[in-house]
Amino acid sequence: MAVTILFLGPLRDLAGREAMEVDAPLEWAGLLEVVGADVADQLQQARVNIACAGKVLADKMALQAQDGEEVALLPPVSGG
Amino acid sequence: MRDIRLLSEPFNPGALIGEFTDANPGLGGVCTFVGEVRSDTGVEALELSHYEPLTLPGMEQLADRTFARFDLMGLLMVHRIGRMQPGEPIVCVSAAAKHRRAAIDAVDFCMDHLKAAAWFWKREQRDGQWHWIEPRNDDYADLARWAK
Repeated sequence: MAVTILFLGPLRDLAGREAMEVDAPLEWAGLLEVVGADVADQLQQARVNIACAGKVLADKMALQAQDGEEVALLPPVSGG
Repeated sequence: MRDIRLLSEPFNPGALIGEFTDANPGLGGVCTFVGEVRSDTGVEALELSHYEPLTLPGMEQLADRTFARFDLMGLLMVHRIGRMQPGEPIVCVSAAAKHRRAAIDAVDFCMDHLKAAAWFWKREQRDGQWHWIEPRNDDYADLARWAK
C-alpha cells in the first residue's frame, strides 16, 4: 500500500501530473521532498492547503498520511 | 426546502427556480443569482474542476451556515463542474424567505463564499490556450465583509 498525492488545479500543471504514489507513512518533510521544487515552494505558502483522507488540515505541517490515504494539495480556489 | 447540487451537465436555472419557488409555499420573497460564462471577452471555454471529498460537503456546510445566519425558508445552491461554453450557466443560488432582506443577503453570502472559499478551480481557454483563474482582490474583499 501507498499514499496517493493528488495535485489539484494549477498545481497539476506545475507538477506535470495529476497524481503520484509514494510509500507510507508520509509526513510534511517527506512530502516536500517528493513533489518537486516548484510544488514544494507553493506548499510553503499559507494560501495553499492540504487535505488528508478527505479532511483539510488545520496545520499542514502536522501531516501524517498512512497506508491507503489520499493527500490532496489544494491551491487557492476560484468558483462561481 | 434545501437543494444543494453539483452538476456535470448544462442546466436550466429557470426550471430549477420554478420548482424551488413551488416548494416553498407561503414565502414572502425569492432572490436568485445566476452566474454565466461571459461571452464578450474572447473566452472560448471555461472548465471548473473540483475535489470530490471536499466540494459538495463544503457546499453543504455553507448551506448550514447560511440557514444559521439568515431567517430563510429555503435555499437552492447549484454549481456546475466540467467544461462550459460562453453563455452557459455556472452557478445558481436562490433563497426564499418571509422577508426580502434575508433572501437577498443569503444569496450574496453564498455567492461570495462560492467565488473565493469553496473547493473549485477555474480555468479558461483563450486562443486555444488554457489559463488558470484566481479570485480577484475584490472577491476576497467581498468575502471579508461577512467575517464581521
